[in-house]
Amino acid sequence: MATITIREALNQAIREELARDERVFLMGEEVAAYNGAYKVTKGLLDEFGPKRVIDTPITELGFAGLGVGAAMVGLRPIVEFITFNFSILATDQIVNSAAKMLYMSGGQYNIPIVFRGPGGSAYQVSSQHSQAIESWFAYFPGLKVVMPSTPADAKGLLKSAIRDDDPVIFIEQERMYGNKGEVPDDPDFTIPLGVADIKREGTDVTIVARSLMVPIALKAADKLQEQGVSCEVIDPRTIRPLDIDTIIESVKKTNRVVLAEESHPVCGINAEISAAIMERAMDFLDAPVKRVSGIDVPMPYAKNLEDLVVPDVDRVIAAVREVAYLD
Amino acid sequence: MGEPLAEIDTDKATMEMQALSEGVLRKILVQEGESAPLGQLIAVVGTPDEDISSLLSEAPAKAAPAEKQPEPAAQPASRTPAAAPETNGRQQAPQESSQSGRMIVSPLAARMAAEAGVDLKSLQGSGPGGRIIKRDIEAAMSQSKAAPGGTFPRSVEPLKFQQAQVATASPYRDEPSSEIRRVIARRLVTSLGPVPHFFLTSEIEMDRAAEMRRGINALDPDLKISINDIIIKVVAVALVQHPAVNASFQDKFIRYYEHADIGVAVAIEDGLITPVVRAADQKSLSQIAGEVRELAERAKTRKLKPEEYTGATFSVSNLGMFGIDEFTAIINPPESGILAVGAMTPKPVVRNDEVVVKQMMRVTMSCDHRVIDGATGAKFLQTVKKMLENPLYLVV
Repeated sequence: MATITIREALNQAIREELARDERVFLMGEEVAAYNGAYKVTKGLLDEFGPKRVIDTPITELGFAGLGVGAAMVGLRPIVEFITFNFSILATDQIVNSAAKMLYMSGGQYNIPIVFRGPGGSAYQVSSQHSQAIESWFAYFPGLKVVMPSTPADAKGLLKSAIRDDDPVIFIEQERMYGNKGEVPDDPDFTIPLGVADIKREGTDVTIVARSLMVPIALKAADKLQEQGVSCEVIDPRTIRPLDIDTIIESVKKTNRVVLAEESHPVCGINAEISAAIMERAMDFLDAPVKRVSGIDVPMPYAKNLEDLVVPDVDRVIAAVREVAYLD
Repeated sequence: MGEPLAEIDTDKATMEMQALSEGVLRKILVQEGESAPLGQLIAVVGTPDEDISSLLSEAPAKAAPAEKQPEPAAQPASRTPAAAPETNGRQQAPQESSQSGRMIVSPLAARMAAEAGVDLKSLQGSGPGGRIIKRDIEAAMSQSKAAPGGTFPRSVEPLKFQQAQVATASPYRDEPSSEIRRVIARRLVTSLGPVPHFFLTSEIEMDRAAEMRRGINALDPDLKISINDIIIKVVAVALVQHPAVNASFQDKFIRYYEHADIGVAVAIEDGLITPVVRAADQKSLSQIAGEVRELAERAKTRKLKPEEYTGATFSVSNLGMFGIDEFTAIINPPESGILAVGAMTPKPVVRNDEVVVKQMMRVTMSCDHRVIDGATGAKFLQTVKKMLENPLYLVV
């Protein structure tokens, strides 16, 4: 196994899938000649040429629609947004075309497309360029939403997303591209969508965390272990379909839950998980489900304020101690 | 004012509760023999025509008044689940912990309590706002391993028992366990498991009993009365004379049996079974002998029906034939006692300042301390000893 960054893992996944299936092509702003705004697509133009790796104009709605059309006629597009903040411009194509086409065509057109790019909190790019909007997409039936937190998950899940016959929203955390980890060398290594991963086993409190919150939850769990609290950290990896069974099983074991996410609290994924736990594991709860979310304000530009908005290790620890009745 | 209203039985003492205000007793909410947690409204005192309906409607779950009843004695860790001193509901200030008087319980704790038969009302929650949480239930369960699996199965068991036994088992009466009985029970099981045993041993001179046996068998060799049959009869008669021993601890109440149904331990291949001689106190020695022989025979061939080996009120186990001098036996719940009988052997003893040889037999009684105290058991054993040493008591 090689130790590589999430950026390299994603690059490998796209390269391998471009090589594996000639119907796969990549398009987006700066993906080709510039090697990608975040260098995820580095070297792909040279290797696969301008018919497979295509630079687009700054027209998110346009090239997202182009992608949906290509998918309808049998290609398998990977559409990159420079960040998911710009996917907002393309939401009509994503939620009204890609997500609904299979249903509205009576099953005639499936849309094997991946919309991918960085999302979530970035560093000091202020309100419009630093936000987590995964719950928007997870809201719609017809879309799958994936958020990896490690290089192995990033590679295995992206390959599955590209091979999937339905539209997949694949959100890479902007701060995590440089995170390193071991990735299997097997070119057929994939991770199925919709399967959660228990990143750390524990007995006292379940922490459900995704994306940027996974390393934070793991650090919190380390510190809590020193305080005598054993935390189980679950990374759903796929937000829709959500592997709620793994979460429920863990809750039945630990009886206490902390849900960590960087997005806003209102109508977030945590709210959904919390409701599901209440519906399915109410009698196993010894404490109310505790949510740790981004503060409910637009992301500030100022560094000190930004640090206050994004959940950190201390906030997760405080939440765990609260549900474990330790304070 | 000042008139005695009730006697309150706490785990330490019985105290008289006096009226704290003028008026008449309008309503009794907790009946005699029932128990109530600290702070619960137990009665209403008011003027004869006062409207007390609103008081009654909020009464049952009312929280403890702000000032705590001074605990009667030492042992600071123990809570006193006694009734509150207040009888006048109007004076009850709402306690901030369980605001509306509503019990706050985590769903998990509620489920655990239901499964384990833990009474939530007896618990003080350690979570925020007095919420009862998992660790409170676990603490309560480890404290009162009274019944295997808690009190819930306990309340079911005797029911089955009654149904199986309608035809033959002893009638009984149930009396509410007093608070002190319940505290003793709770505390003892924490140290000794669900049935806290203690043991009483007595050495009994058996010459007259042996003589009586010989005499009876001489009348009719077919009778084949054994010493054990005489012991069963004596134990049964003594049990009826000591109803406190012929009883069974059932947590909320103690069951007193009218008759002595004696379980007789019979060794069988790879095991042990205790067929029951029903109402042995009312049967003749020859009846007992015949029944024991017949039951033991069928026990060895495993032909006993369940109702023939369950539902005894007390048991006798005899290992004398194996030359065992004395031993302790394990109580077969829900019985409260078992008598372990050793071998009868000639021994030098002092009688009238002279050393003489007598047939001596040592018996050890195992008692369930939740029901039987040392003195209670000792008095019973005294009767057994007296009757075995002078078996003529059986006919007077």
